[in-house]
Amino acid sequence: MAPPAQSQRSPSPSQPSGKSEVSDLKLQLRQLAGSRAPGVDDSKRELFKKVISYMTIGIDVSSLFGEMVMCSATSDIVLKKMCYLYVGNYAKVNPDLALLTINFLQRDCRDEDPMIRGLALRSLCSLRVANLVEYLVGPLGSGLKDGNSYVRMVAVMGVLKLYHISASTCIDADFPSILKHLMLHDSDTQVVANCLSALQEIWSAEASTSEEASREREALISKPVIYYLLNRIKEFSEWAQCLVLELVTKYVPSDSSEIFDIMNLLEDRLQHANGAVVLATIRVFLQLTLSMTDVHQQVYERIKAPLLTLVSSGSPEQSYAVLSHLHLLVMRAPYVFSSDYKHFYCQYNEPSYVKRLKLEMLTAVANESNTYEIVTELCEYAANVDIPIARESIRAVGKIALQQYDVNAIVDRLLQFLEMEKDYVTAEALVLVKDLLRKYPQWSHDCIAVVGNISSKNVQEPKAKAALIWMLGEYSQDMQDAPYVLESLVENWDEEHSAEVRLHLLTAVMRCFFKRPPETQSALGAALAAGIADFHQDVHDRALFYYRILRYNVSVAERVVNPPKQAVSVFADTQSSEIKDRIFDEFNSLSVLYQKPSYMFTDKEHRVPLEFADELGNLSIGEAANNVVPTQMVEENDKDLLLTTSEKEETKGSRNNGSAYTVPYDGSSTSVFASQAQIESAVSNPTLAGHSPQASFAIDDLLGLGIPATPAVPSPPQLKLNTKAALDPSTFQQKWRQLPVALSQEISVNPQGVAALTAPQALLRHMQSHSIHCIASGGQSPNFKFFFFAQKFEESSNYLVECVINTSSAKAQVKIKADDQNTSQDFSTLFESALSKFGTS
Amino acid sequence: MISQFFVLSQRGDNIVFRDYRGEVAKGSAEIFFRKVKFWKEDGQEEAPPVFNVDGVSYFHVKVVGLLFVATTRVNVSPSLVLELLQRIARVIKDYLGVLSEDSLRKNFVLVYELLDEVIDFGYMQTTSTEVLKSYIFNEPIVVDAARLQPLGPAAIFMQGTKRMPGTAITKSVVANEPGGRKREEIFVDIIEKISVTFSSSGYILTSEIDGTIQMKSYLTGNPEIRLALNEDLSIGRGGESANDYRSSYGSGAVILDDCNFHESVRLDSFDMDRTLALVPPDGEFPVMNYRMTQEFKPPFHINCLIEEAGHLKAEVILKVRAEFPSNITANTVVLEMPLPKYTTRASFELEPGVTGQRTDFKGANKKLEWDLEKFVGGVEHTLRAKLTFSQELHGEILADSKEI
Repeated sequence: MAPPAQSQRSPSPSQPSGKSEVSDLKLQLRQLAGSRAPGVDDSKRELFKKVISYMTIGIDVSSLFGEMVMCSATSDIVLKKMCYLYVGNYAKVNPDLALLTINFLQRDCRDEDPMIRGLALRSLCSLRVANLVEYLVGPLGSGLKDGNSYVRMVAVMGVLKLYHISASTCIDADFPSILKHLMLHDSDTQVVANCLSALQEIWSAEASTSEEASREREALISKPVIYYLLNRIKEFSEWAQCLVLELVTKYVPSDSSEIFDIMNLLEDRLQHANGAVVLATIRVFLQLTLSMTDVHQQVYERIKAPLLTLVSSGSPEQSYAVLSHLHLLVMRAPYVFSSDYKHFYCQYNEPSYVKRLKLEMLTAVANESNTYEIVTELCEYAANVDIPIARESIRAVGKIALQQYDVNAIVDRLLQFLEMEKDYVTAEALVLVKDLLRKYPQWSHDCIAVVGNISSKNVQEPKAKAALIWMLGEYSQDMQDAPYVLESLVENWDEEHSAEVRLHLLTAVMRCFFKRPPETQSALGAALAAGIADFHQDVHDRALFYYRILRYNVSVAERVVNPPKQAVSVFADTQSSEIKDRIFDEFNSLSVLYQKPSYMFTDKEHRVPLEFADELGNLSIGEAANNVVPTQMVEENDKDLLLTTSEKEETKGSRNNGSAYTVPYDGSSTSVFASQAQIESAVSNPTLAGHSPQASFAIDDLLGLGIPATPAVPSPPQLKLNTKAALDPSTFQQKWRQLPVALSQEISVNPQGVAALTAPQALLRHMQSHSIHCIASGGQSPNFKFFFFAQKFEESSNYLVECVINTSSAKAQVKIKADDQNTSQDFSTLFESALSKFGTS
Repeated sequence: MISQFFVLSQRGDNIVFRDYRGEVAKGSAEIFFRKVKFWKEDGQEEAPPVFNVDGVSYFHVKVVGLLFVATTRVNVSPSLVLELLQRIARVIKDYLGVLSEDSLRKNFVLVYELLDEVIDFGYMQTTSTEVLKSYIFNEPIVVDAARLQPLGPAAIFMQGTKRMPGTAITKSVVANEPGGRKREEIFVDIIEKISVTFSSSGYILTSEIDGTIQMKSYLTGNPEIRLALNEDLSIGRGGESANDYRSSYGSGAVILDDCNFHESVRLDSFDMDRTLALVPPDGEFPVMNYRMTQEFKPPFHINCLIEEAGHLKAEVILKVRAEFPSNITANTVVLEMPLPKYTTRASFELEPGVTGQRTDFKGANKKLEWDLEKFVGGVEHTLRAKLTFSQELHGEILADSKEI
């Protein structure tokens, strides 16, 4: 709709103010309204065009409403169309006038020409005037039964429009069930597709209040519907195909043969020229095979080529979207793409948003075999004329350096950057050298020699300056003139605008003082004086703190400022793996581009249609085993998720450990479980399969609330474990701290187990089936860390296990703590046997 | 599902604006334009095609300098929307013959008519020119294509897209010829983008071909068309690794890494005799996109020599040699070279006695351009350029050249 009434907008000189023109038009329209002279339609067309062009540029022409309606009594379809456009635009702001149009629109709805019937119906539904809904029901009802598919297509969307104006009218007229019937029986695929869109929207919105609606929504992803749509998928338009594919991702097949059937059917969709179809297909493939590790890997191999073709064949905008998805995949499976690194080389004429992504890809795919080539290429970019990209490339080189074991060549390159004498290159390189030294202190000699040659006057950017000052302080014993450089920096204290730099300067001078006291003493005095007088609170406080601690005890001060340092092994990851998983669940959506799960950037009311996954996660929180999910719980779940994220960050901090732990009862990972559990339950309960997801009972078990997922637990007779053990994370932590280690041993893991352990989740599910539950897990290949717990059958005696599995050595370090120390040996045997079966089943 | 669709001119004027769902505030076009215009303070970077402001996601694609924008509040598939925008642009072009601000403004009623049929309440209905034909009643007002500045072949690559402004065909798919008789024509273009990186010693570092077979059909009655491709064509390499041994090199076989096809293409006999059967829909569409990294002989060999000739001066010697046989002539070859930002002036010196060559220094985007109208195979041309800088020179890289 063109921008309507904007009369308050100040008329710009380039646009006609409109007042006189509008009244002019009004007169002319009035003259033509009654005329039946030949050629009158042509002059009407011209006038209508003028009206609409005014409307587009923002002139208020709503005063012509009456005249326009009068003129619309015509058989000329072009005129009619323009009139509909006008009416649709202004009806909402002029509800009284809109009533005028109802009459002729209703008449047109019964026209002989199906085009006119369709158009009139569409305009009628687009009026968006609440008090006119009563006039919609009749035409819509006959529209849905119309013999012409165009009219039906329009009518289906009309139902959705009606729902948005007045939901109750729509439901009372029983339109949803008519749509459902149409969806399953109409011969025209576009009608089917529109029904699907409309039903998804209506039932998702209704699901929060009506059980029936949520059942209906579940029914959309039931086997018959999905199969019906999939079998006709080639008849659908490419856009409708995307819609169907999106629905299929929510479907949970009952067994693996079904999965393969679906994948074979959709295989050729990967060769579609429309990137949206390809990505939607890929999402289906990835979701279907989540639980089948090896097939999942094959899928990665299979989708590689189509994705790379999409990157190079579309417009830069499309490549951007595809590259973002590639990036996500690369993060999950770097090795798959490591041989294709050349595809991610930048071309000079690409827009910077594409280049930026490609740089990230290059960083991600770098491994031992291709690092040299990639770094060489990146170094070329550093000399690029495009400065932001040059900066990014240097940062990328640094990132690769930090993630590789063999850094010799890279360090040399970075040092060359320092000598390039371009201020921005030097600045970026300095920051990187600092990070590098924190991780690889053994390189300090080479680096310091070069850094020492850099004049601090050439470094202006705060971050770079701070990095340089940090190095001056840290390595002052190796740098001849460190105290003097620092001294001159202190002298220019007032000219230093960045508080960060001043803070670093204070610390550096302190460190330097302890290493070379006589040379630094005066600089330290000046720095402390300037620092205490500083207006910035942090700088002031730190200076005061140093001053006092020096007065109190110099050796204590030294221990505080210059403690023996350990090299940083892993820099904190900015994004938790949990969020990454959640983004992966939302593959082929904006989440991937923004690198945020959808709850972070969409409003609640706009979130519902896409996210079934939420509710699967949500089920685990719901206590009753019902399959009706009130949608307001989605919101709670989101809060919960946020909570667990922050909690997790705390645990991460307190354990002082770089790897992230996932607490299994968050939304994203549970949804994975849920689908797994559904598959299991579907196998044991064929009657339930294909109906609405019955995830709940299995999930409850996951939390230890419900009945067991696998009824026959193969446990040795001497020790029976409670299959529905429950323990909350805080109790676990508390117990873990209190209890002594009862047993500590090394178990070797069989090769199949190692092969299956590509992600922590695989083991969790396995141990679950042995009544050993996981409370937290994390890590990446080759090191995985798990915390398990189990409970003795019919007793509240707990066993806590810390298990670190190294897949490269195929060994597991197990520490067991138990409430009842006597049975810990038995439990250990049980645990070992359970672990040994992993991967063989 | 999208909320609004609009087209903005380069200055940010609304040319077309359609609100489908009324979920996003009306000022969105202004918000969008301001955001795009001032993406980064230094103005050095382009805004990404998708971004989010206050919960509203804005998608845009640039086509011939116009911004095609869609907004939404839900978490949709980005490639779906971007693809749709691109497709809308193409449908409009099919109808108007020429896509430009002028033609859009003249035909906005038709464009609104199209938009109503393409999208209903935010859901895509159809983007096939063929299907739309039966719903659309406005006649396009044809804008004289001759008045438009011809887009040089290099323009396509500057935008980084392969979509050709269909070489000679700027007439509308639906408009009837003035003479009343329709000509039965079909245009098939094969457009290849060859990217080759040479090392300073002339050794080929990377080479890649992205190609597309583009078709624009004016045929009536939709007959079936068969397109036979090279019979030695094979798709996908046997081995997975990019470094595997290429035994077929030199034997004439063409190995595509991957390809995809338009939905109208039937591949029934593709496996046997490499023919594509299709019933071409009206309008312009890509029949097939392909990508190959097989080693090939690049059609041109470029050599670049840079000499510093004093404090703020440098001399660039560009040599280009056509590697194809002398009975073939390349038309409109354009060589581009990005120059440092602080280049202020460039003077050129062509070989004595050559004709049909032009050189230009584009001050706005700091590019050196060298047009060669005719380029006979086996010949080498040289260009000397003297550059003047406002700052000291630090060395630069030569980018690849393009040829049609």
